[in-house]
Amino acid sequence: MQISFVDERLEDIYSKVLKNSRLSKEDGIRLYETGDLIGLGRIANHVRSSLHGNKAFYIYNEHLNYTNICKNRCRFCAYAKDRGEEGAYVFSMEEIEKRLMMHISEPIKELHVVGGLNEDLRFDYFIDLLKTIKRIRPHTTIKAFTCVEIDYLSNLAGLSLEETIKRLKDAGLEMMPGGGAEVLNSRIHEALFPKKIGHEKWLEIVKAVHKAGIKTNATLLYGHIETIDERVDHLISLREVQDETGGFSAFIPLAFHSENTGLSHLPPTTAVDDLKNVAVSRLMLDNFEHIKAYWVMIGESLAQVALSFGADDLDGTIMEERITHTAGAKSAKGLTRDKMKDLILAAGFEPVERDSFYNPVN
Amino acid sequence: MMSDLNHIIKKIRENLRIDVDEALFLYREADFLTLADLANQRRFHHHPEKSVTYVVDRNINYTNICVSGCRFCAFFEPPGKGKGYVISRQTLHDKIRETLSLGGTQILLQGGMNPDLTIEYYTDMLKDIKANFDIHIHGFSPPEIDYIAKKSSLSVSETITILKNSGLSSIPGGGAEILCDEIRQQASPKKCLSSEWLEVMRQAHLQGMRSSATMMFGHLEDDIHIFQHMDKIRALQDETSGFTAFIPWTFQPGNTKIDVKKKTGAEYLRVLAMSRIFLDNIDNIQASWVTQGDKIAQTALFFGANDMGSTMIEENVVASAGVDFMLPREELVRLIKTAGFEPRQRDCYYHLL
Repeated sequence: MQISFVDERLEDIYSKVLKNSRLSKEDGIRLYETGDLIGLGRIANHVRSSLHGNKAFYIYNEHLNYTNICKNRCRFCAYAKDRGEEGAYVFSMEEIEKRLMMHISEPIKELHVVGGLNEDLRFDYFIDLLKTIKRIRPHTTIKAFTCVEIDYLSNLAGLSLEETIKRLKDAGLEMMPGGGAEVLNSRIHEALFPKKIGHEKWLEIVKAVHKAGIKTNATLLYGHIETIDERVDHLISLREVQDETGGFSAFIPLAFHSENTGLSHLPPTTAVDDLKNVAVSRLMLDNFEHIKAYWVMIGESLAQVALSFGADDLDGTIMEERITHTAGAKSAKGLTRDKMKDLILAAGFEPVERDSFYNPVN
Repeated sequence: MMSDLNHIIKKIRENLRIDVDEALFLYREADFLTLADLANQRRFHHHPEKSVTYVVDRNINYTNICVSGCRFCAFFEPPGKGKGYVISRQTLHDKIRETLSLGGTQILLQGGMNPDLTIEYYTDMLKDIKANFDIHIHGFSPPEIDYIAKKSSLSVSETITILKNSGLSSIPGGGAEILCDEIRQQASPKKCLSSEWLEVMRQAHLQGMRSSATMMFGHLEDDIHIFQHMDKIRALQDETSGFTAFIPWTFQPGNTKIDVKKKTGAEYLRVLAMSRIFLDNIDNIQASWVTQGDKIAQTALFFGANDMGSTMIEENVVASAGVDFMLPREELVRLIKTAGFEPRQRDCYYHLL
């Protein structure tokens, strides 16, 4: 396909993409810096179309946040509470069961389960949590715990990383989300989340998880203090891990929401930056199958537009999103399957309901 | 099929005009970003400079009492129900004073087709504003002018002359919805016909007044009506050159009598791009953040729009359908800048301030 670029500097990159050559760090920076949003989108859309044609995926899923009590207290987080603080909670097994029963007649395909680092919980709690979910919903995939939680659980249990992952897997863990990486960079680690695991540790854990046969997603939290250079380094780090393990399923750019966080002076991300993050990640992450446009963070309409800028997946119904909404998200808290289908169709794509592993669900 | 599409695309690249059938074909068949690219090319053809304009103004709805009873409207009150209002002079003055203090240059003065108001009400209101304030009055959409003329047994042309002499400077393009009578008869049977809407604009333009043009889509129309609407606007523009801008927006079904799915952001952007491509004789295409929100409004700057519309210190009509996006001036300016454009405040005639 012939593309006439407003920014001529995109021409070289497009030829590289057409030849399936890997993009360099300089290319990534150039893509982020370009003013030619449509030109960038068209290159990313070319890659997206060759991988997935006209298909756009979504999943019938539900989020479950078992506790908001967290010892890390990252500066960008609006969700975490201290023990005893107003609004702090932890779900007992009875409450987990009650919540799961609320939608039990719905054919939900995946439960997304994450929480804070709560010092009141013992390792058994997490085994019970997985087993309880599996007992109530034996046919629903459990996608649970970020690498941050895995590291914490391994210390809590006094077990090796491998043994921790094995026990969780035996209890029902099937997949892991991509959160907790934020930006893989020590400057940002120091400034925003010093108590949380850093760059090297996150990479070490994610590799161990992949080696144990558990697929994960990957994310980038953008729109705070990170530079373009740091974003591109982050993408390249993920690309290197993927070369090594092949364990990443989807990449999800996460738009930072500042309300009620320690960075509340920062403005929200713009549509241009949201679309660029989708497009640049599609182009840099040549070994990733899927790029998600996360509607909770960028809004339903822009997520729909992002399907033409490199994204092939709109995530899911979610039912009740809590974390980003605590930080001021303006999107709905959940979407019906019909609404997801409508958004995809109206954008000119073919909706495909999927399971956690991208198998179509009829 | 593909060769038809390529032929149309080639015409647009050569800045040639496309007809209604070609537009419909392009709209249905072209890839989303191809439309964006074509619209973008046309946008820079009209405006080579990398700036995006906006106006600081306020909507003032002098009455919500309306006999029209359009099915798509959530704002009006029928006469005699006791819930309607006519704005007091004091409130009107307060709103204008506040507009000026916020750097505003104009007011958008619109209201219902209120049977209790005579033409003297309108002329008194205009003269009173002009006597007290130095502000541009952009007011009375064609259905209002048509209604005033009929009620006063005056011609449209005479009515416009009287309003102009009393202080009216330009006319907003509202009340167009879809300029096809088969749709108007279903959606707004008591409102002026499409020929009457166009006649008001023709007469205003002939008297040297400028106006905008709008389109509200996503209610009862089919795709073809969208392009028939644009075709009527384009033909009148060939004749008068009186339109300053075209502003498409999507119908907001909340609290109305038309039960349809709301058009999505992607559908809005397709129509917006088509309007830039089709309306080759209208300089300015405006993004509608009021109906689309800030993210799609910013994206619209890459789909043919070169204007962000108004900061809208006050907006009531869309808000009554349950949509209330807010965008302070600083935020509007930030959206323009972060999209890579220079924000420029303008007046009603799109002159930079």
